[in-house]
Amino acid sequence: MMAETQRKFVEGNDAVVDGAIAAGARFYAGYPISPSSEIAEGSSRELPRHGGMYVQMEDEISSMAALLGASLAGKKSYTATSGPGFSLMQENLGLGIMSEIPTVIFDVQRSGPSTGAATKPAQADIMQARWGVHGDHSIIALSPSSVQDCFDLTITAFNLAEKYRTPVLFMMDEVIGHLRESLTVYQPKAGQIFNRIQPPADMDSADFRPYNYDTDMPAPMPAVGDKKFLMRTTGSTHDTKGEFKPTPENINRVTHYLTDKIEKNADDITITRAYRLEDAEIAMISFGCSVRSAITAVDILRSQGVKAGLLQLVTIWPTPEKQIRRVLSRVKTVVVPEMNLGQLAGEIRKLNDYGCKVIQADRTDGILITPRQILDRLEEEK
Amino acid sequence: MVTYKDYMLFSKLPHTWCAGCGDGIILQSIAAVFAEMQWDKHDIALVSGIGCFGRVDDYLDINCMHVTHGRALPAATGIALANPNLHVLVTMGDGDGTTIGGNHLIHAARRNVNVTAVIANNYNYGQTGGQYSATTPTGSITSTSPYGHIEQNFDVCRLAEAAGASYVARTTTYNPVQMRKLIRGGFANRGFSLIEVMVACPTHYGRYNRLGEAADMMRKMKEQSVPVEAAEKMTEEELKGKIMVGCLVNRPRPDYYSKYRKIIDEQTVEA
Repeated sequence: MMAETQRKFVEGNDAVVDGAIAAGARFYAGYPISPSSEIAEGSSRELPRHGGMYVQMEDEISSMAALLGASLAGKKSYTATSGPGFSLMQENLGLGIMSEIPTVIFDVQRSGPSTGAATKPAQADIMQARWGVHGDHSIIALSPSSVQDCFDLTITAFNLAEKYRTPVLFMMDEVIGHLRESLTVYQPKAGQIFNRIQPPADMDSADFRPYNYDTDMPAPMPAVGDKKFLMRTTGSTHDTKGEFKPTPENINRVTHYLTDKIEKNADDITITRAYRLEDAEIAMISFGCSVRSAITAVDILRSQGVKAGLLQLVTIWPTPEKQIRRVLSRVKTVVVPEMNLGQLAGEIRKLNDYGCKVIQADRTDGILITPRQILDRLEEEK
Repeated sequence: MVTYKDYMLFSKLPHTWCAGCGDGIILQSIAAVFAEMQWDKHDIALVSGIGCFGRVDDYLDINCMHVTHGRALPAATGIALANPNLHVLVTMGDGDGTTIGGNHLIHAARRNVNVTAVIANNYNYGQTGGQYSATTPTGSITSTSPYGHIEQNFDVCRLAEAAGASYVARTTTYNPVQMRKLIRGGFANRGFSLIEVMVACPTHYGRYNRLGEAADMMRKMKEQSVPVEAAEKMTEEELKGKIMVGCLVNRPRPDYYSKYRKIIDEQTVEA
């Protein structure tokens, strides 16, 4: 029996495994890849100890397919990967979005494209996370900035996947994946875990529909194997019965629904953290490992009498538009530290209806961005 | 008494397949097997891919997961491992099962996942206009081999056997009685079972290769068919151009779930 809480000194990749098990995940299908492999290794060790199952598939394409199958049969499922594997997953990530099957994908980002510098950190899969799947859709993506985040937000990721019946992306990076910090592992209380909605017990099985397009929330999701309700899912454009229906009206309805389901629930999905932002005149907006350097940069500026603050995007997709607009409307300068060539900065500029100066603080050499670099960029743009 | 009709979605008929296509014969045979087994439809899961035969789920009133091209076997792997009590059927064409999904086929066979796969082999991509696949015979004309196909084709059953499948069989749409028997045999094997069903595509493959009408193609299949027992006494030369039908491999071994279950039982810490 697991103790109520447990203190550990572990790396982010280990914390993810603890978080997934605490969230109730019991199925892992994946293909090992640096710098995410500790998640596969930890899952192969821990899942059977909790009645769960690990299967190492022939590639990331089949891994995603197996996750969706297992989830449809009632198991919370997850995988871990990095750039090249994340690219291969896009095909069946789309299937998960269209079929509305929950699962969680941990992308421990590394330098790319292609093999790139396989073991070096980057945060350059942000746009692939949003648009790697062909066709209009929306996506939920979270990004942790500490080892404790890797546990806590993993639970959040599974909850969002179950609630919105959709794959959720967990955008880590090599820095956070291999960073060692103190971690408190706990067993979430019943109210802290969201399990997919089931059809009402008194519903006639003939009245059940696996899909719903009348509201911005998904239909209930009984498992394949349920003794009362039959489940029907497909990656083809379908009606509420899950039957192929490629009429213009239905194609349009499904396209809008898949985006609205996430974008119109952004208030529920988006998580941000404000640091010394109250009276800030210069704001940093960042995510993941870059947040750690941004916090130090803010502290240095404050010590120099500069009113600086930070908005951390814990949810990167859907864009926390309200929170970003609030910052843009109140400050004069925004600095965006990130380990890519401005993928987040571009999104900030899209929302910049306020004449704010948006400064990119990019680092793409496979080394964690430093507080000094962020401050230097600010100085250069003065 | 349940009949095949209890597993069908008659509201979705007429089906999408061309006149003379044998996919409907396989569909009816599958539903008939469910009826023979008297299975509760809630305990059956069908995973299908993309292609003519991938549309078979449209007409069945059971649990259905229609996935991407070639990925039916790994999706079925997830279902079978998550719920070992389900009867998991995978329906694919030669494109799905052996070409884009060829890698998944050999690994599902090697892993011995408890699923029964029916591959409808019509020698070409029928749904998209008759392009060549990994089973298109050398020399054939297809819409993308207008000068004759130069690649060597897979023998699907030998491929599955070499990869470790514990049950492998072949039949044709000319013989639904044998088809039902072999599909039943596949389900009886707790592990990876593959049944290859030769099916005529008169619209594309037959037309490109001047094989006549659908009935002519069926007759040809019947003439080419050689039971496994008879084939054992024939030479390679005599077997050229023949279709060996019947149960080719039946060598049960523990499936992936059963072996993993032992690990779970030994390692479980939860009450």
